[in-house]
Amino acid sequence: MSDKQTIEGLLRELAPQALAVLARRFGSFADAEDAVQEALIKAYQTWRDPALPERPLAWLVRVASRQLIGDYRSDSARRRREYLAASWQQVTGEPLPGRDDSLTLLFMCCHDALTPAAAIPLTLRALGGLTTRELADAFLVKEATMAQRISRAKATIRADPEPFALPTADAYDRRLRSVLHVLYLMFNEGHVAMRGAELGRPDLAVEAIRLTRMVHALRPDDPEIAGLLGLLLLTEARRPARTGPQGELIPLDEQDRSRWDHALIRDGVALVTAALRRHRTGPYQLQAAIAAVHDQASNYADTNWAEIASLYGALERVAPNPLVTVNRAVAIAMVDGHNAGLEVLAMVGDSLEGHHRYHAVRAHLLELAERPTEALAAYDDALRLVTNTRERDHLQLRRARLRSA
Amino acid sequence: MSIAMRFMLIQTYGRGDETTVPITEWSPEDIAAHIEFQQVLNEELTRLGELVGAEGLASPEAAKFVVWDGQGEPIVTDGPYTEFKELIAGYRLIDVDTIERAVEIAARISAAPGAGGAPIRHPIEVRQILSLDDADG
Repeated sequence: MSDKQTIEGLLRELAPQALAVLARRFGSFADAEDAVQEALIKAYQTWRDPALPERPLAWLVRVASRQLIGDYRSDSARRRREYLAASWQQVTGEPLPGRDDSLTLLFMCCHDALTPAAAIPLTLRALGGLTTRELADAFLVKEATMAQRISRAKATIRADPEPFALPTADAYDRRLRSVLHVLYLMFNEGHVAMRGAELGRPDLAVEAIRLTRMVHALRPDDPEIAGLLGLLLLTEARRPARTGPQGELIPLDEQDRSRWDHALIRDGVALVTAALRRHRTGPYQLQAAIAAVHDQASNYADTNWAEIASLYGALERVAPNPLVTVNRAVAIAMVDGHNAGLEVLAMVGDSLEGHHRYHAVRAHLLELAERPTEALAAYDDALRLVTNTRERDHLQLRRARLRSA
Repeated sequence: MSIAMRFMLIQTYGRGDETTVPITEWSPEDIAAHIEFQQVLNEELTRLGELVGAEGLASPEAAKFVVWDGQGEPIVTDGPYTEFKELIAGYRLIDVDTIERAVEIAARISAAPGAGGAPIRHPIEVRQILSLDDADG
């Protein structure tokens, strides 16, 4: 392991701990987060392995506290200066991180008032120890743009500040749902985008898994957290087979299943099996169960499609969403034939008229039903609406194959 | 003084003459070859450190035109449009040493393989990006 990796690993582990200490000490999560970011940048500039500070966490807390106090000094707001006077005396001694600090930070970053586009980078910075520069690379935007996105997120949090503590019991479930949603979207962002690691960019899917593992370790009895972790592992397991040499999308039915990561599949299946035994089913457990059925099938045709159709049915009941119905239509088509699939699909035609996936699945089923004229029109509708380059390329190819058949 | 120059290479939907075969009539092999050409070119430009960014735009039928005079409701015109050939299909942002190099890359893009492997010959607009920092600095 190189020096850079050692220091990076250490800082990523320590950054949330330092942030929690500061947030508790100074009362403002948003201000503390800025200060820790400055301390991280200083650490990256000055730390050299093996001559690391003797107590790295204390170093970070000290540098970040100094930064924060400097910020407050230059701040004309009187309230803040007074607040500072009260907390000034406490900036000594060994910092003591608490057990649930990381979870508390996660709740702060996934604040209800934030959109996922704001919450995801903030979470990665506060909990993943990523610098704004790295985030900019990961999201393919300029550093200044990313800095602005984060400042906007912080301004939203400052407008409605909350104490540094876990949410109260009555808000806990709702807040946990937004945390899990942010982690799920963070993973998807990494999964859909090009593989970051190969291009030297932080890998969002890997970060999302790391954070979800952390939440699961802190709350092992929560079946939905376990379900989300299972879902992420079972999806990640297919990644090696999901894109071709030029980065083109390879759909599930054409993937080389020997390239799937079978160790990840074992872990994911174990997680979802244990979670379902608790009999508190939720949307992440059901999605993980569906992924598990796919991952355990030796090929696409031999997949237990009846099981998948019934799981999608259950998912529609707990979390109704027309896109889930589209997926159920695919499974029904595999069990009862394309016409049965088209019938299920027709149920959501009105609500999904403007969504490319509805038209893409419809095109595929019409093609199987040997109705090429309608299938071509459906491909055109899908192409008109698609917004992802690789999906567009894939649809264009399928359309051309049908046309020349 | 700025050493390198940046250009935007803008691609539209076509030449607007009758010899253009729309992509909806290409064979699967033609489409695959076209996609590969674009990816290989981007990889090459990335390796040379010349590619700043490359984006394709979603379907022009989903485009909206917005005009506002600052009062009342903005006027929003939705597609589809009869004259969409002039709309932008995508662009590449490049950072090169000379305009000659920018023209060379534009020529490659214009000759991307189309129907039957024949060059599509789309006109590529080469526009230098204005800079703040090279005014006799």
